[in-house]
Amino acid sequence: MENRKLIKIATAGSVDDGKSTLIGRLLYDTKSLTTDKLEAIEKTSKQRGFDYLDFSLATDGLVAEREQGITIDVAHIYFNTDKTNFIVADTPGHVEYTRNMVTGASTSQVAIILIDARKGVIEQTYRHFFISNLLRMGHVVVAINKMDLVDYDEDVFLKIKEDFEALAEKSNFKPEQITFIPISALKGENIAKKSDLMSWYLGNTLLDHLEVLEPADLEENGPARFPVQYVIRPKTEAFHDFRGFSGTLYGGNLKVGDEVTILPSFTTSKIKSIQFFDKEYTEATPGAAITITLEDEVNISRGDMMVKSAEVPNSEKSITATICQVNNKPLRPGQKYTLQHGVNRVLAKVESIKTRIYADFSGEEPTEQLKLNDIGKVNLRLSKAIHFDPYEINKSNGSFILIDEGSFDTVSVGFIE
Amino acid sequence: MSNLLIPNPKEAESIHILREVAAQFERPVLLFSGGKDSITLVRLAQKAFYPARIPFPLLHIDTGHNFPETIEFRDQLVEELGLELIVRNVQDSIDQGKVTEERGRYASRNTLQTTTLLDAIEEFKFDACIGGARRDEEKARAKERVFSVRDDFGQWDEKNQRPELFNMLNGKIEQGQNVRVFPISNWTELDVWEYIKTENIEIPSIYFAHKREVFFRDGMIWTANEHVFREEHEQVEEKMVRFRTVGDMTCTAAVLSEARTLDAVVDEIRASTISERGARIDDKRSEAAMEKRKKVGYF
Repeated sequence: MENRKLIKIATAGSVDDGKSTLIGRLLYDTKSLTTDKLEAIEKTSKQRGFDYLDFSLATDGLVAEREQGITIDVAHIYFNTDKTNFIVADTPGHVEYTRNMVTGASTSQVAIILIDARKGVIEQTYRHFFISNLLRMGHVVVAINKMDLVDYDEDVFLKIKEDFEALAEKSNFKPEQITFIPISALKGENIAKKSDLMSWYLGNTLLDHLEVLEPADLEENGPARFPVQYVIRPKTEAFHDFRGFSGTLYGGNLKVGDEVTILPSFTTSKIKSIQFFDKEYTEATPGAAITITLEDEVNISRGDMMVKSAEVPNSEKSITATICQVNNKPLRPGQKYTLQHGVNRVLAKVESIKTRIYADFSGEEPTEQLKLNDIGKVNLRLSKAIHFDPYEINKSNGSFILIDEGSFDTVSVGFIE
Repeated sequence: MSNLLIPNPKEAESIHILREVAAQFERPVLLFSGGKDSITLVRLAQKAFYPARIPFPLLHIDTGHNFPETIEFRDQLVEELGLELIVRNVQDSIDQGKVTEERGRYASRNTLQTTTLLDAIEEFKFDACIGGARRDEEKARAKERVFSVRDDFGQWDEKNQRPELFNMLNGKIEQGQNVRVFPISNWTELDVWEYIKTENIEIPSIYFAHKREVFFRDGMIWTANEHVFREEHEQVEEKMVRFRTVGDMTCTAAVLSEARTLDAVVDEIRASTISERGARIDDKRSEAAMEKRKKVGYF
């Protein structure tokens, strides 16, 4: 694979905002729609009597969606330019689909929030932005769409920008993390091509903007966290005594020679080697799926965590977290779940639900339970301590899922305070 | 001398997934077709567990209509890497009366594979089947999870899928259920080809341009062979072709090509304006062909 950078995007908006059209347009303008797909779109558009190409047909994958003309689940779409690979998690923006946006956003670095220029900032915009903020997305692009239907009027754009900026004050985002772009997905204005009809807009086109983003700026930098996924013991003659600890590195770099502490045993050692396949490295950067060997014989198993001895995380048996309920079964006090924190699993009991949070920045209320798509603050008691960072500091070490003991479904996602 | 490892994010993600499979399941298996995607999976599995051996066997569901070059390649790879290979034959399912051979112009054993696969899963009690499907291949696959839970009947319930948050994979299943795992979900066709090139991975010769006896039907190039139904008027010609995807002969169409080297193939893919499944005869049956097959347990 050529070393292009990878940018992961979640899109938020409803069918009416032209979200599928936008994605179809991005595919079309980057020449990612192949002739056969394009022909299928032309054919169906014609059958439906449209005098334009219905790009939404490129993304709505399931039969039910094609029948109803709506998007009901997260779909992943891929395109690339010469310099960048993009993955788009296309998440439905309808009210009851908070779950899907949280899911799509959890694997993305950038959120594109679509606003219909005719409607401006509406309740749904609040929700999409709320979730972008809850998940601490690295960057938010506010794409003000359908500018063709408001005569490409700068005042319309400025008014929406002003309304959104007022909303943004309630968030944790810095102003430079939010970018406003006026577009027409249907006509292709300011998507890949700079719009002549909006010469008043001096910024980048959407595609240019997405291309200048740097993955390193979109991910958190902090202490290195190495959760051990799998212990490698080849038991072959050539590697008789080999004992390697494999896993994915998060947060910061690890180097050969680093003094490390293993949790939960708090034993210490030094990194002897860092390997990736048949090569050795002196240092690894976040995201690397490496195998580490240590100077000393230490008893380590899956779920343990290796950290630099000077940067030991919190260890608690009792945690407070913001939860988003992603299953039909409600979360109630007293219930027990398997809590999966990265690759580690412990048992968890819901001690109390403190509040349900309105997903539009308007406050919170006391509640007895969290239903599907509810967001709330809960206290959990765990069977064993987990070694975490607050979500704000390290996403992978600050998030968890709850698994139902009966159905084994993933019922909640949590963000630790 | 210091050297810094900067990961290829897609490769690292796939390795993370493969390690989760080995850790979370008791009896995983890698579904191996002999095609470029499953060959890529084997390389990723080598990397994930090095210097240990790949801790699961390969399973090949042989339709009996495979290209001989693919089978040869398969056996050689297994030998070189010291892997365990299990083969189950669609012919056996036919002989046992479990499935009926299709007849006529579009007869293929592609759909019949599902039964043989489900039987093999039951026979060996596999709880995780690793496959090389990618989300960019087909629109129903765009909705597929990395860990996709199937019931006793191998069915995919697309409206009731577990959400996958961050990179936390939930492989907990009930007795009788199994999980289909797709480690290269997020790769595109070009990613796979570029990876094969960078890593210098060997692939079967039919991926490169070669002379072959073919005939033309419905704008596609079919292999002329005893296994492929052909009308008398459909004339056999010798053409320079290669294959872009490798299924069995009855469902894989060739493309005209002069690309004899990996560089030439990658250039061709980059410039191509036709999707790879555009050469899959099985997908042309209807707009929802893939989704329908997936629901009943198709790979």
